Amino acid sequence: MASLKIQGRLWVLQRNGELISDIDTDMIFHNQYLAITDIAKMGQYAFDNLEGFKDFAKLAKPGDIVLAGDNFGSGSSRQQAVDCFTSLGVKAVIARSYGAIYKRNAINSAFPVITMPDAKASDFSHLETVVLDMEKGLLRDRKVEPMSGVQKDIFFAGGLFQYAETLKK
Amino acid sequence: MEAAMGRTLIQKIISKHGGGECAGGDVVWMDIDNRSARDFAGANVVGNLEKYGGDSPIADPEKTFFTFDCNVPANTIPYATNQHRIRLYAREQHLKVWDVNAGIGSHVVIEEGLAKPGTTTIGTDSHLNIMGAVGAFGQGMGDVDTAFAFKSGKIWFQVPESVKVTLKGMPAPGTEAKDVALAMLREFGSHTLLGKSVEVQGEWLDQAELSDCITFASLGTELGAIIILLPPNQKVLDAFSMKREEAVYADDDAVYEKEYTLDITGLTPLLAAPPNPHNVHAVSEYADTKVDGVFIGSCTNGSYADMAYAAKLLKGRKVADGVMLKVVPATRTTWMRLLHEGLLADLFDAGAIVSNAGCGGCASGQIGMTGSGEVQISTSNRNFTGKQGKGDTYLAGIGTAAASAVLGRIASVNELEEV
Repeated sequence: MASLKIQGRLWVLQRNGELISDIDTDMIFHNQYLAITDIAKMGQYAFDNLEGFKDFAKLAKPGDIVLAGDNFGSGSSRQQAVDCFTSLGVKAVIARSYGAIYKRNAINSAFPVITMPDAKASDFSHLETVVLDMEKGLLRDRKVEPMSGVQKDIFFAGGLFQYAETLKK
Repeated sequence: MEAAMGRTLIQKIISKHGGGECAGGDVVWMDIDNRSARDFAGANVVGNLEKYGGDSPIADPEKTFFTFDCNVPANTIPYATNQHRIRLYAREQHLKVWDVNAGIGSHVVIEEGLAKPGTTTIGTDSHLNIMGAVGAFGQGMGDVDTAFAFKSGKIWFQVPESVKVTLKGMPAPGTEAKDVALAMLREFGSHTLLGKSVEVQGEWLDQAELSDCITFASLGTELGAIIILLPPNQKVLDAFSMKREEAVYADDDAVYEKEYTLDITGLTPLLAAPPNPHNVHAVSEYADTKVDGVFIGSCTNGSYADMAYAAKLLKGRKVADGVMLKVVPATRTTWMRLLHEGLLADLFDAGAIVSNAGCGGCASGQIGMTGSGEVQISTSNRNFTGKQGKGDTYLAGIGTAAASAVLGRIASVNELEEV
């Protein structure tokens, strides 16, 4: 059963003490790998075009959580930029804000994307173990936006189309 | 507990469609009256339904349909293949297809009375928010969300914040809906209204024809707005044979995030010069620019009234030597009316090329593209580099387009009267 309260290591995506903003879909999952359709094979390329974090896929462990700045996932509509995290067992992304299409894609595929409007790199140490409560809206002791009702519906169903099946019962 | 506040038009439409007492920022499930996909991305919608749709992929065949308008009839093998894949799927699932002869899907849905005041429509056309013209919700969506709407009859949606724009005064004679829309782009650019539901009202809109409302609302996408919503005036209600109480209106005490006033008193014709729709200037600033081609049509300016106005201006006149005039009515219904009323003859006699109904100039190559250095006046909504070819595209209204075609240079409709 998926849970709204998770614990994991926090990847603080920062540069010069600031959370990195405008991480686009080419930095998350570069377009040279777009022919890949098997989710299991996507993880190895996650962030391999993000300066400073190119070894992310090698070092990430199942259960990890990612923290970034504004406009995470801007750019193309590619679904692989969400699925590559699922592939690695990453449990959530937290960012100050998201590209609109990225947020829709992530929610539709039951991957938790959580908004933290006042996120700061200095509030956390890189790879510290934190608790993320998506029901109450807490990352360790800091406030994040809780999951919306819609997001929870899709999250617990395991995806948008799985949710459609639950509507018929 | 605060007293209940008045509610905006989009909040009321969403509430009426299962969204509850929603406020701006809320994420809600909402019921969709019209679930559509066009030939662009439609095959992906079919693919999603085949993969994830299960035993009952279509919630309600009566409310679910395809509209072909991008590449009609298909002139590339991938488009032809995708269209046929859709046809076969539609046959199997008993879904209506408005095929390559029908015209622009958004206009067909309005003409058929499906998208009437207060309804909700989604599909794979980024200009489906044009439904705001009749006080209805419309939204372009990706192939996953569209397939989900086909299967469940719902989408999830983040209720946008509402802002209100009041248009003050009346434009000068010879100024049309497109010019007023361009005045919005000049005032607000592409960021100020980003992500908002924009309710617009004013003296000019109170008397606007349905076709004017469609033209005006169609530029919402270029403004970055979720939708431009116009409270239906009497003419719009009459077009759907509806009474005022059957439509949805904002409460008188509705609360808006921001309110703006735009003075359009005495407004004269405008154009959007390359390279983007908010690079708006007076037509007179470009009066010396030689024109090579003119496109009249698109979801922005392809209605019957637009075509009839073009025919009236061109009747008894000739397109200037060396200028191509391309005309594409939005729908087959409009086309037939122009034919039977003799207006096609006026366009032809003036020298126009008239093509079958569809998106025309906005869909690559449907009625030709521009080459490097070519100057085109277009009544459509996008002039980004490459959208309509390699040339320089200027967006303008019907009057400016017709006058420029006759004079062979950028000109406003008032100059045509002297010819």
